[in-house]
Amino acid sequence: MEIKKTSLNKLHQSNNAKFVEFAGYEMPIQYSKGIIEEHKFTRSHSGIFDVSHMGQLFIYGDKSLTEELEKIFPLDLKNLKQNCSKYSFLMNEDAGIYDDLIITKIDEGYLIILNAACKDKDFEILSNLIGSKFKMSLDNTRSLIAIQGPKSVEILNSIINGVDQLNFMTGNWFDSDNKKLFVTRSGYTGEDGFEISISNENAEKFVENLIEKGAQLIGLGARDTLRLEAGLCLYGHELDINKTPVEANLRWAISKSRLSNGGFIGSKKIMKQMLDGASQIRVGIKPEGRLIAREKTKIFDDTDKQIGEITSGTFGPSVNGPIAMGYVNKEFSKVDTKILIEVRGKKHPANVCALPFYKKNYVKGVN
Amino acid sequence: MSEVKFSKEHEWITLEGDVATIGITKHATEMLGDIVFAELPEKGSNVEKDGTAGVVESTKAASDVYTPVSGEVVDTNQSIVDDPAKINEDPEGSAWFFKLKIKDTSELNTLMNKEEYDKFAKETSS
Repeated sequence: MEIKKTSLNKLHQSNNAKFVEFAGYEMPIQYSKGIIEEHKFTRSHSGIFDVSHMGQLFIYGDKSLTEELEKIFPLDLKNLKQNCSKYSFLMNEDAGIYDDLIITKIDEGYLIILNAACKDKDFEILSNLIGSKFKMSLDNTRSLIAIQGPKSVEILNSIINGVDQLNFMTGNWFDSDNKKLFVTRSGYTGEDGFEISISNENAEKFVENLIEKGAQLIGLGARDTLRLEAGLCLYGHELDINKTPVEANLRWAISKSRLSNGGFIGSKKIMKQMLDGASQIRVGIKPEGRLIAREKTKIFDDTDKQIGEITSGTFGPSVNGPIAMGYVNKEFSKVDTKILIEVRGKKHPANVCALPFYKKNYVKGVN
Repeated sequence: MSEVKFSKEHEWITLEGDVATIGITKHATEMLGDIVFAELPEKGSNVEKDGTAGVVESTKAASDVYTPVSGEVVDTNQSIVDDPAKINEDPEGSAWFFKLKIKDTSELNTLMNKEEYDKFAKETSS
């Protein structure tokens, strides 16, 4: 299958991107400055991320669509205000996660942002569930650009006036240069920032404009270290079809009002696990010293019994040390529990720790 | 000091008497990206030609470091363990990895000179 390219591919090339294949797309892993510099620039200034490989699914409908979507997602969509976003999951009957996503109520229906590797399957699943009743479009005519970091609000507002008035996890349509953009105040780096949905033909010019105002392109490498420091899950690593939201320690994303009556796919398992607890749970892990524990590193207790596995691990540039996330048996999930990680045949000490590793406050309300 | 020689695994080596100094090449560091972890062989241990003699990790992945010759580890560079970013800054100078008392200087004959290595690096990275 031919590798797919986003509308910013040429711009990545002219900025000396090193490319990797990711979910069938040729994506920049880093630019000439390297992952650590890019990571730090995002935390201190403003980083631009091409996330156009992700799916932008528009579903059109009114109240009856909200009712149908509540049978799928563990969210209180009836009480979700227009232009407000929620983090959620598409699950199977066992509450196994097909994908994690952001859903926003818009005036014509809903916009759902899906992971690149999952979007086609998600579309198929949702089509089978509600496709006969509602118009759905996995829109590949639009690019998705994230801008993240403390200077982002100022930079973006100078191009799209009014985005500074958005609260965290809300969005709206904006006009800029006679172009229709959907902007949400959100992101996946632990920084304040925005995601902008823009038609493909306007994306390159828009990003060049952001660069002129002082933002810089950031690759997927730094996106990974940023999200890991922020304690955020990455599908295919922390989340997959064999993990549930409760096991993934994402109870907060399940609307409380949906737990009494259920009625969404996977609700029985979720309600049971909420009551009994899950046998394994996602935790933050800090190896002692500088040792890095990568994905699939086995975790042991002091009697040599395996108690879990690392799902993501790297060096955190802002934390200035190694960080990881993984699943451990629940009796080992308390903060400060001593565990052992096996790297290159030797066991090394590590500690269960609180998430996120790096905390900065999102802008919650501006009004 | 002898001419610098290079291995296909992207190590460099120089010889002074019967003590060799070994590190990784600038080209290797450019391929690896930001190095954030280094592990060195133990002083006093013996390493065999083409065997593993350490590890470097970048933000992206872990890579073994091989020794281009056999010998006894007589010194290691603790400063790169404490601050692995030094490896990116000066890979072919102050950021050497370990020193070996070597047994068989003829093992160096199989290695490349600078010109050969530059050509090899260019061919294998494209």
